[in-house]
Amino acid sequence: MSVETHPLAGVAPDPGVAKPDPILVVDGVTRSFGGLQAVDVSHLEVQRGLITALIGPNGAGKTTFFNLLSGFDRPQGGRWSFDGTDISRRPPHSIARLGLVRTFQLTKVLAKMSVIENMMLAARGNPGERFAGSLLPPLWRTVERRTRDRADELLDRFRLAHMREEYAGTLSGGQRKLLEMARALMVEPRMLMLDEPVAGVNPALTQSLLGHVEALRDEGLTLLFVEHDMDVVMGISDWVVCMAEGRVIAEGPPSAIGRNRAVIDAYLGSTHDEPGAEPPAEAR
Amino acid sequence: MDGEPLQGVRVVVSRDGDRVGTATSGPDGGWRLALPGDGAYEATLDQASLPEGVAVRDAERATLPFTVSSGQQRTLVFSFGDEPAAVSYLRRMAQAAVNGIKFGLIIAMTAIGLSLVYGTTRLVNFAHGDMVTFGAMVALLLNTSGPSLQLIPAGVVAVASGAALGAGMESGLWRPLRRRRTGLIQLLVISIGLAMILRHVILLIMGGRPRPYHDYTVQAPVRLGPVLTTPRDLVVIAVSTVVLVGIGLLLLRTRIGRAMRAVADNRDLAASSGVDVQRVILFVWAMAGALAALGGVLLGVVENVEWLMGFRALLLMFAAVILGGLGTAFGAMAGGIVVGLATEISTIFQPSELKTMWALIAMVVVLLVRPQGILGRRERIG
Amino acid sequence: MKLSRPRPVMLVWAGVLLVVLGVIALSPLDGQRILREAVRTATGGNAAVYALAAIGLNIHFGYTGLLNFGHVGFMLVGAYGLAITVSTLGAPLWAGVLVGLAASLVLALLLGGPTLRLRADYLAIVTIAGAEILRHVTRSGPATDVTGGVFGLTGYARGFDRINPLPGGRYGFWVVDYSARQLWPVLVGWGLVLLASLLVFMLTRSPWGRVLRGIREDEDAVRSIGKNAYSYKMQSLVLGGMLGGIAGMIWVVQLGSIDPDAFLPMVTFFTYTIVILGGPATVVGPVVGAVVFWFVVQGFDTAIREASTSGYVPAFLGGPEAVGALRFLLVGAGLMLLMIYRPEGMFGNRREMQLDVG
Repeated sequence: MSVETHPLAGVAPDPGVAKPDPILVVDGVTRSFGGLQAVDVSHLEVQRGLITALIGPNGAGKTTFFNLLSGFDRPQGGRWSFDGTDISRRPPHSIARLGLVRTFQLTKVLAKMSVIENMMLAARGNPGERFAGSLLPPLWRTVERRTRDRADELLDRFRLAHMREEYAGTLSGGQRKLLEMARALMVEPRMLMLDEPVAGVNPALTQSLLGHVEALRDEGLTLLFVEHDMDVVMGISDWVVCMAEGRVIAEGPPSAIGRNRAVIDAYLGSTHDEPGAEPPAEAR
Repeated sequence: MDGEPLQGVRVVVSRDGDRVGTATSGPDGGWRLALPGDGAYEATLDQASLPEGVAVRDAERATLPFTVSSGQQRTLVFSFGDEPAAVSYLRRMAQAAVNGIKFGLIIAMTAIGLSLVYGTTRLVNFAHGDMVTFGAMVALLLNTSGPSLQLIPAGVVAVASGAALGAGMESGLWRPLRRRRTGLIQLLVISIGLAMILRHVILLIMGGRPRPYHDYTVQAPVRLGPVLTTPRDLVVIAVSTVVLVGIGLLLLRTRIGRAMRAVADNRDLAASSGVDVQRVILFVWAMAGALAALGGVLLGVVENVEWLMGFRALLLMFAAVILGGLGTAFGAMAGGIVVGLATEISTIFQPSELKTMWALIAMVVVLLVRPQGILGRRERIG
Repeated sequence: MKLSRPRPVMLVWAGVLLVVLGVIALSPLDGQRILREAVRTATGGNAAVYALAAIGLNIHFGYTGLLNFGHVGFMLVGAYGLAITVSTLGAPLWAGVLVGLAASLVLALLLGGPTLRLRADYLAIVTIAGAEILRHVTRSGPATDVTGGVFGLTGYARGFDRINPLPGGRYGFWVVDYSARQLWPVLVGWGLVLLASLLVFMLTRSPWGRVLRGIREDEDAVRSIGKNAYSYKMQSLVLGGMLGGIAGMIWVVQLGSIDPDAFLPMVTFFTYTIVILGGPATVVGPVVGAVVFWFVVQGFDTAIREASTSGYVPAFLGGPEAVGALRFLLVGAGLMLLMIYRPEGMFGNRREMQLDVG
């Protein structure tokens, strides 16, 4: 995506800055464990249809933030809305149904079910999934067939078709990440939150995965992903948000973030007090 | 009345106010009356025909309504008791409180083991109740047969056997299973099978009837203010308190105690701080067995020794542990005392046969309102 | 769906059966009598009751991973729901059945409400407590007017006997022999077992069953793809609970009289053994498990009694109390060994066994 046509071209790189067309708006979300403040995000907006990266040192609260947004954890306070709907107190399955789907840092493929079953399970609107409906096979046979076709298409696209009948537990780490992403797409989301989608994945598969992510964005999906690998972040994101100690400390296009003082300090700790010190090569 | 059949008592049966027939109780205390047909009747006890000093326990239940259909037989129950003396509310409260503390301390002591085993290994040990019975039985055998030891040395041997049993279970069964990475649900069901075996071996050894110890069973009651108790009960309370305080100090002050709490709290963190987790677990099991056995002996002193005593106590122990917080020893102590008090005080307002039920209901309520119990932590409950 | 189990293992079980029969035949005990009693119990009404209860428990434990240790409580409310409605209130049989079903439903909601959001072992404790509470209340003095207290109830089965279509006479095959009146509840029992198995067969091959299997393995994963795990667990609890209620109803109709102390936790533990023995999360498991379980237990009981009257075993072990104790020792040991060495039972799938608390 070229800089000129970037929808956020005119947006100032300030933490909490408003966006022209946000799909996710977060206000005042806090979460503490014991005495520790894990998340304290006063304001954050995620632009629709772009790839936004969420970076930050270990312990910055990124996964906790994901858990809060997707309903897997309850905050002490705050509200957030998805595409205009307040989802602050909704249970996770309800949020997923609305179109905000997340994946997990440690993949949660259902290891004792086959790959194709994992995919079929994620489909929506199957009357056979209701108790009464399940007893009338004619009601759901057609839906099942259509679901199976769509699942096969996705498995093809993600190069998992050859593992179709295998137990998901036999997949490699990278394949599991792919499966979780493919499965998430079966839910027909409007926004995907990926928690470290390439962690532990070999380089070749990583490129393939990232290619899928970009293709999904081009198809209109909004993506928010947590990642530690800076090359990955710089490579594909349209916008970067940096968290540290639970707060959003910086936002901006990838080029700006690499030079941001606050970001550099967060990653290296506040040992950079001497004026005129050169920032280390990695943060450039 | 008190197990003696009452003879010569008249019962009058009527329908819609018309007398249908009369019956008189025979030498076995029983009476029968054939009824002319289906329908609703009333049976009224003729209180004038009751012997001296015997009265219906509840005046409203001197007449019992019932229905029959043809071919059906109905059994009716009239309850008798002494003319209830006007016992003051306060006196009954105090009595119940003392009984409650007595039982509560015993439950607290046995529940510590259950809670710590859960905390350190995540296993709900369904055999824990039968470990209590085991201790009571060993003391019983040593006291009433075999070497006929006095109860105190018999009790000491029982406690040592309990510790050995606990340690044996851990090293012989649970540790090998954990090494095989056996799932927790599997382990839970295995503990149920083990409980069944233990309980019925005990049944085979000691028989089905309740049996008392030779010592300390018959004692003259002692009056302490409004409360009636026995020297034995006071000793039980004293011993339990001393043991609980001792365990508390062990957990707070000694290295092994702190290690136990650390492992129960967060196993991985404890391991990475250099704690030998397997050794701690073995110690926890030995201690759990010893405390269970001691609880069994004390329970046997206070009531009788019976093969089902432990299983009955198990439910109360569950209630104690959930109330106090599954996984913490101090929670078990607090929960045990609360459960003991709650069950005994409930007898003032409700028939005593339902007292266990109230503890269980309290447990369910706690699960609704504050599932982690008084002292437990939210993260571990799901 | 999954392929059926490999053939060779069926042969292994057949082999085991032959060995057992051979041992009985060759032993000095009255093999014929042992076999006869074992077969009679294994195919009789009691086995049908346990099969029904096991089908229900299999839905909870096998398919959904719910640790319901109060299953006997469902049997109790079903049985007493029927008996009280017919006996104390004088209503017809069908009303009693409806009340029994409704009572099971309510119990499932009450038990599941607070506990389905918590870890599995909490459900275990609450259900075992709940069943005992029910038993205590049922047998208590104040409840006697309604439930018959410790004396129980009788006379509620007449409506059932009246609809017996079998003509009079005796029926039997091989070692089993019934009168028309005795056979009727046995037939109804096994008929219900067949219907329930069919229901489970259809459910588990459906998308609904697939969601349940996902929940059994990882609730959070299933929630993240839009399924309401709590609702599914509750549906499973209700369905299995109502089957337990039906089992209870058939049980007390067979017996003709109901007694609260028949509904002990041991019944639940027996049912667990049956579910695990037959194979959790299979359709035939609970049924075959019930038959095999009662064959073995009854055979063992009779063998012990035979052995003690023939002097092979000390007489005190042959008395009724001791035989009962030995029976429970057998079941307890069997349960332990099964869980340690073969948790998938006869027909289960080891790879699918989900045995962590979650």
